[in-house]
Amino acid sequence: MSTSQLVRDRSLAKRRRVLVILIGAALGVGALVTAFPFFWMLTTAFKPQREAIDYPPTLLPQEPTLEWFVTLFTELDFGRYLVNTVAVVLIGFAGLMLMAMAGYAFAKFEFRGRRWLFFLVLATMMIPIQVTMIPTYLILNGLHLTNTLVGIALPTLVSGFSIFLFRQFMSTIPTEMLEAARLDGAGEFRTFWQIVLPLSKPILAVQIVLTFISGWNSFLWPLIIASDQKLYTLSVGLALLNQQLAVNPSLQMAAATVMVVPILAVFIVFQRYVIQGFALSGLK
Amino acid sequence: MRNRLIPYLFVSPAMLLLVAFGIVPILVAAVISTTNMNISAFANWNNVDFVGIDNYTKLFNDPDFWQSIGNTGLFALFGVPAIVLISLAVALLLNSSQHPFFKALRAFYFVPAITAIVAIALVWGYLYNTQFGLLNHLLSLVGIPQVQWLSDPALAKFSVALVAVWRGTGLNIIIFLAALQGVPKEYLEAASLDGASSARTTFSITIPLLRFAIFFVSITTTIAWLQFFDEPFVLTDGGPLGATTSASIFLYKEGFRLNQFGYASAGSIVLFAIIAVITLIQLRIRSADDEY
Repeated sequence: MSTSQLVRDRSLAKRRRVLVILIGAALGVGALVTAFPFFWMLTTAFKPQREAIDYPPTLLPQEPTLEWFVTLFTELDFGRYLVNTVAVVLIGFAGLMLMAMAGYAFAKFEFRGRRWLFFLVLATMMIPIQVTMIPTYLILNGLHLTNTLVGIALPTLVSGFSIFLFRQFMSTIPTEMLEAARLDGAGEFRTFWQIVLPLSKPILAVQIVLTFISGWNSFLWPLIIASDQKLYTLSVGLALLNQQLAVNPSLQMAAATVMVVPILAVFIVFQRYVIQGFALSGLK
Repeated sequence: MRNRLIPYLFVSPAMLLLVAFGIVPILVAAVISTTNMNISAFANWNNVDFVGIDNYTKLFNDPDFWQSIGNTGLFALFGVPAIVLISLAVALLLNSSQHPFFKALRAFYFVPAITAIVAIALVWGYLYNTQFGLLNHLLSLVGIPQVQWLSDPALAKFSVALVAVWRGTGLNIIIFLAALQGVPKEYLEAASLDGASSARTTFSITIPLLRFAIFFVSITTTIAWLQFFDEPFVLTDGGPLGATTSASIFLYKEGFRLNQFGYASAGSIVLFAIIAVITLIQLRIRSADDEY
């Protein structure tokens, strides 16, 4: 390699490094801008009311206070909303089990009507909620399930896409392992519980995290189904605070924080699963 | 005998729920859309009468319906390219280095996609506030007068859509990053050995290879805009003067505020048809594209 070429390569490498640094800087600024609303929410939640509506605004709280979080759980009913939200999430986990079972049957059993039923599963993935919203409400109303936590969770309890994902993953489980368990005298449900589910941990983890996020954030069904304040979830309680904006942004931001921080925590701890799950949605 | 029942035991709970809340409602919507059903039906089912296609003719003569369709079209027209281009650009840039710093940045772009829209909308509402909002304060620093983010009809469309773009890019960035993993390194190395610049390889090799991902993201983003609901619902409730009333908001208001179940069902069937047609057209374009 001649010296001049070496010099050229080196200057190319240097130019490339400068470019990467510039791109990194631009992306860093973009990331800060994207994350800024969260920063603003967190800092405002700790500001006294007067400071939050002060003009010009302060970047960090000058006299940090916890009073809004106390207000949420004492004067307002956010404790109850929190319990309801957790209940909706837990019901969602029960739905997850049903979807895992269905995915297993589609993956590992031959049965009459399988293709047709699986086609139904795929078809439901294409139906927008706006079409089913009113009839679903009427159906739940007919079943006397409006104003119940089960009614809130039921419309989104199973999704075609999750069944599809379970099926795809469980197809890769070797049939010999199931046969071996059956030869050992294990019943079908025991085989499912003790062999299939443990082997499906990767997809199960992804789905558990996604179920938590969607249950925690769900808004439309709690809004439609729960007219009794006792059954409000955090999202509905929060939406009602909307009217307070002119009066007390600190209180609102504290409430938004209560809703957002658990999701951020789940994201930070289970980032790999969350990202994997959303990347899988690219399969749809 | 016992064995043959087992798969049905496994599928039936989930399938029953899926049929009850995924399939049956469409049929119910189609039936209700031919009736004048409203809240009075809860008192007495005899209050429900068959009205044929009256709801549909009424719908097509309803200026509010057309406004909501127009708004939805406008949102999709600007929103789809905005989301697809921004997320593609950010994904390409994030992929330009394997440095941990670049990996760490991904989380920042992604987080808006998973946080509750209600909470997010409140935060943006506070940023947009005209009395004490931060955005107007920042603009005043550079001498721009007060902006009516959410109360000026034209601007409200932009403000509401901006939140949706902010929230919508994260998921697509993830999908593009996953697709970028599938671009063979040898192609890029060969191109750079041939002296192609990194911009050139991006446009001539990477982006063409991402065609399927771009197509997929365009379809899902289009559908998402056609169903646009959360942001305007919380930020503006469809106002001012219906400027941010999307088709979904229109349906929600007719159905659950005015309790016109029959009328709203007719609207939802029309929306469903529009979404189905647009999806089919996009699929057709895609398959025509494949023939080259």
